[in-house]
Amino acid sequence: MSDPFTAIGQFITDLLISIGIDAVITNILLTVIAAVLLGSVVGLVAIITIWAERKLLARVQDRLGPNRVGPYGLLQSFADIFKLITKEFLIPKGADRYVFIMAPLVVVGGVIGLWAVMPLAPGLAGADINVGLLYIIAIGAIGTLGIIMAGLSSNNKYAMLGAFRTVAQMLSYTVPLLLALLIPVMLAGSMGMTKIVEAQSGTWFILLAPLAALIFFISSLAELGRTPFDLLEAESEIVAGFHIEYSGMGFGMFMMGEFVHAFTISALFAVIFLGGWQGPGIESFPPLGFLYFLLKIVLVYFVIIWIRGTFPRIRIDQMNSFNWKFITPLALTVLIVTALVDKLAVENGFNRTAVLLASNAIIVLVTAFLVRAHAASLRRRMEVTDRAPIQQPEAAGD
Amino acid sequence: MTLDWLFIGTILVVGAGMAAAPIALQNILGPRKPNKTKSETYECGIETVGDSWVQLKGQYYIFGLIFLIFDIEAVFLFPWAVAYNRLQFYMVVEGVVFILILAGGLAYAWRKGALEWV
Repeated sequence: MSDPFTAIGQFITDLLISIGIDAVITNILLTVIAAVLLGSVVGLVAIITIWAERKLLARVQDRLGPNRVGPYGLLQSFADIFKLITKEFLIPKGADRYVFIMAPLVVVGGVIGLWAVMPLAPGLAGADINVGLLYIIAIGAIGTLGIIMAGLSSNNKYAMLGAFRTVAQMLSYTVPLLLALLIPVMLAGSMGMTKIVEAQSGTWFILLAPLAALIFFISSLAELGRTPFDLLEAESEIVAGFHIEYSGMGFGMFMMGEFVHAFTISALFAVIFLGGWQGPGIESFPPLGFLYFLLKIVLVYFVIIWIRGTFPRIRIDQMNSFNWKFITPLALTVLIVTALVDKLAVENGFNRTAVLLASNAIIVLVTAFLVRAHAASLRRRMEVTDRAPIQQPEAAGD
Repeated sequence: MTLDWLFIGTILVVGAGMAAAPIALQNILGPRKPNKTKSETYECGIETVGDSWVQLKGQYYIFGLIFLIFDIEAVFLFPWAVAYNRLQFYMVVEGVVFILILAGGLAYAWRKGALEWV
């Protein structure tokens, strides 16, 4: 049984050549068509994920969620789009018009651009470049630029504060993200996304590097600006953060960018740590890989929504110390231990999975012990200050 | 290979277009009745006092600097990670020493109190 995607591509190629178009131009046309198709499908995925997220979040919070427009509220997103599209696009006084309009374009473009290197099924990836992960990191940072553009051009103090917070948070959490991504690159021996998926035909990397997977997941959540890291747009502190001055579709595009980003991060996690399209029976029927990939994305996305529904927001100083004093040192430790232990295990002929799992477990135990000791010392210090005799102010006057 | 980069270029343009199209459509379909109050800077109903280009805290620069160190480090570490399977043990140790020097920098910043949020 041949791959339907290849078959469709072959069919279009034959059709174009038969009407007398040059083979090179046919290839270029086919690439452009595929890119337009993938880009628009990913963009439209937001319509479904917004509904799914609102519905699930409502269930977590013991509500019903959207249930009026269409069956199970399925058409709610369309109603929202029509509402937003018929609103006035306001540009505030003193705003930098062009940067103001460009900002949502940059955010959405940067997120959808990530899908260019995503391996969708065996032999099916938009652009199978050998620096895939580096591309992901580079394009992933463009979203930050868009948010800074929005914050600076709005001519609003709240937007400005939101943009500052975003820069601080996104820059900080890129560091553990980078360190965590080094480990799958080490294990796969390549930065190409397809190579990384192929390297997981035996064991998924989440078994070889569970801590790296966790660090990647947490720092991705921070990059996303979702709960518990949503202090970029904390309504109670800075109204809405960087997108406060946007009305109608300008706001809608930031929302869409965020939802597509959440979906993209689920896909990245699935590709890098959950084996992408790997699963039973893909050798005999490759299109099955697409289904596995989708299932894994939905699984990770569910966890992201679950976290959004159950975690409180953290403070900015907590966000900061959590990154620089906990996750970054932990990522450095995991990187060093994995590099040394894996090399020794392979050279001495030990089982790679068992040794790496054991070393990760030891790191977790040591970390838990250190955190416990630190918490105990904090508690002791607090108790000492509590017990200290409080200086009673002298009764003044009579 | 060239086609791969063409694909990337196209998808980036399509991505930006996905955002540009609804905004353009809104400009056609939506009303346009600007007035003085409406285009004021939104601050929950209070009029803006002073310049909205507020100064940012100096501390953001320190974090920017620490980030820069680690970001450049990544440029050196990714080739090392790609070649990892072909490296001898002592080469891996050299990479680890490099990471340890960086960790030393982080420890120094921590000790100096640059990581405290004040």
